[in-house]
Amino acid sequence: MSKHFGQGEAVVKALDDVSVAIRQGEFFTLLGPSGCGKTTLLRMIAGFESPTSGEIRLNGEPITHLPPNKRPVNTVFQSYALFPHLSVAQNIAFGLQMLGKPKAEVEARVQKMLALVRLEQLAGRKVSQMSGGQQQRVALARALAPQPKVLLLDEPLSALDLKLRKEMQSELKRLQRETGITFIFVTHDQEEALTMSDRIAVMSAGRIQQMGTPREIYTQPVNRFVAGFIGETNFLPAEVKDGQAALPGGVTIPVMARDGRATLAVRPELLRIVAAGTPGALPATVADAVYFGTDSHVHARLSDGAEVVVRVQSVAEGASIPAAGSAVGLAIAPGALQVLED
Amino acid sequence: MALTLEEQTGRDQVRRNWWLSLPALVILMVAAIGPLIVVLVYSFLTPGEYGNVEWKFSTEGWMSVFVTKDIFDETWKLADAHMTIFWRSVKLSLLTTALTLVVGFPTAWFIATRPARAKALWLFLITIPFWTNLLIRTFAINQIIRNEGLLNTMLLKLGVISAPLQITYTDTAVLIGMVYVYLPLMVLPLFASIDRFDMRLLEAGYDLYASRAQVLRRVILPLVKPGIVAGSILVFIPCLGAYVTPRILGGGKLMMIGNFIELQFGQGRNWPLGAAISILLLIVVTIALLFYVRAINGENRDA
Repeated sequence: MSKHFGQGEAVVKALDDVSVAIRQGEFFTLLGPSGCGKTTLLRMIAGFESPTSGEIRLNGEPITHLPPNKRPVNTVFQSYALFPHLSVAQNIAFGLQMLGKPKAEVEARVQKMLALVRLEQLAGRKVSQMSGGQQQRVALARALAPQPKVLLLDEPLSALDLKLRKEMQSELKRLQRETGITFIFVTHDQEEALTMSDRIAVMSAGRIQQMGTPREIYTQPVNRFVAGFIGETNFLPAEVKDGQAALPGGVTIPVMARDGRATLAVRPELLRIVAAGTPGALPATVADAVYFGTDSHVHARLSDGAEVVVRVQSVAEGASIPAAGSAVGLAIAPGALQVLED
Repeated sequence: MALTLEEQTGRDQVRRNWWLSLPALVILMVAAIGPLIVVLVYSFLTPGEYGNVEWKFSTEGWMSVFVTKDIFDETWKLADAHMTIFWRSVKLSLLTTALTLVVGFPTAWFIATRPARAKALWLFLITIPFWTNLLIRTFAINQIIRNEGLLNTMLLKLGVISAPLQITYTDTAVLIGMVYVYLPLMVLPLFASIDRFDMRLLEAGYDLYASRAQVLRRVILPLVKPGIVAGSILVFIPCLGAYVTPRILGGGKLMMIGNFIELQFGQGRNWPLGAAISILLLIVVTIALLFYVRAINGENRDA
């Protein structure tokens, strides 16, 4: 389907008529809430589940009916699923041994993988004696060792604490750059998806809602689900007439939309608090403000009662956060309004 | 696991009060070691004329385990009849262990992979044979495999065979009986270790290019090995000393060690010989166990 990168692509057509083309060497993320079908899709690529209809192709070759052990695809499992009776080095060597590689090659490759995930010191350790982060690295090394065409990662960071997760995120990016292997990453964490991916497919209810780069997904969400799932968003119901959207408080803003009711979305950081009565600004009343350190979230009520959030960056001299109950105007940055399909 | 100071103090307290279990320990010592000492002492005495023993030291009991005196020319010959019985016991016990493993493994796997409630039901069914007396169950097996029994009648009616198969009073009959009797002892420990096995490791194995056979050999077997060891020991040891099954299904002619020992204390009226064989059996089992456990652990260390 996608031929942007000539040589290779993996085409999947399954679930509720899902169709994805993943480019070779790409960090591709399947993002969605639990139960959206992202793990099913991943398991079908791995071969643990077979599609009811449709086809999976790898470099143009159909692999739909190949069992998992015949696919040049490896998985990093959510639970890691490391072999508890084997040492770190033996876990990493497992796939290579099953492929029947000569002993010397297996050893050399294991050493290389240990260096890649920085576990050289722990080669002889039993995996049960390792921390979650270390087990994660072993799982990565084990899956990368046979040099798969595609590496599947099933929410591999969800069991780690926040600090470790941040560390592993950059580690994963580094591994992907260094190996050049296509990564297909499954997560429900939108921040993780935004920071790591080349491209993201946002999934919900067995369908792909939107596919694109992190920037496209964040700045131009196609529908309410995507806008709401990725980052924070204010939804503004509006009436569109002749290319003009009528917003609460009698403000009209030009939009690209057909006449009728529409939902407009605007990110909290693209709203600005201005003096009440400023032309083009939505009249609002401040309800309260929550301080987050780097910024504050000001909750304001529009004239129709809808609540919107405005993000105010903290500045050296201390941002002037209006007191609760004060009347303000909310200025919308040019191009910040997104019209959503319902 | 680091213990809190409170937990540690609590444990020390409990440990200091060990003498409270002294009565139980004494009973256990007497019950476990007492009879063994009696048997050991008896093996060095002289047989009484009507059974029992005379309190006169003799090594003849032990001698006659290995050699027999010819009743005509009074020369000593190797007791090959004893060796035959010994060998038959070991052979049948090993075969029984192997067969219960082959039959028990899929059974235990099946039970362990059922949903929790079904699991309880299946385990319950496995224990049902224990409710009935061993003797009765062995007679029931006899009813199935004897010449006019269920198996032969069916095979004859189906035209598979033209004359009944002689199964009773053969080693095969004893083997069938022992596999039937000891199967639950293999299934239960196997179930316990398969139940602990993380089925997600199967997918990891397949994902890493292992075939079904390789997953079984490289992932499943090493991890359920404790269950295989426990099951094998639980089956092999009672098999070696089996009495009822070979007595009924072997017809009294195809003896195993258990029957031979009984013979010495009964009709044979040679208590010292019976006692000596009992002790020998104990030593053989202990050595076999030591080797078995060492072999398994050694394999673990290499892997």
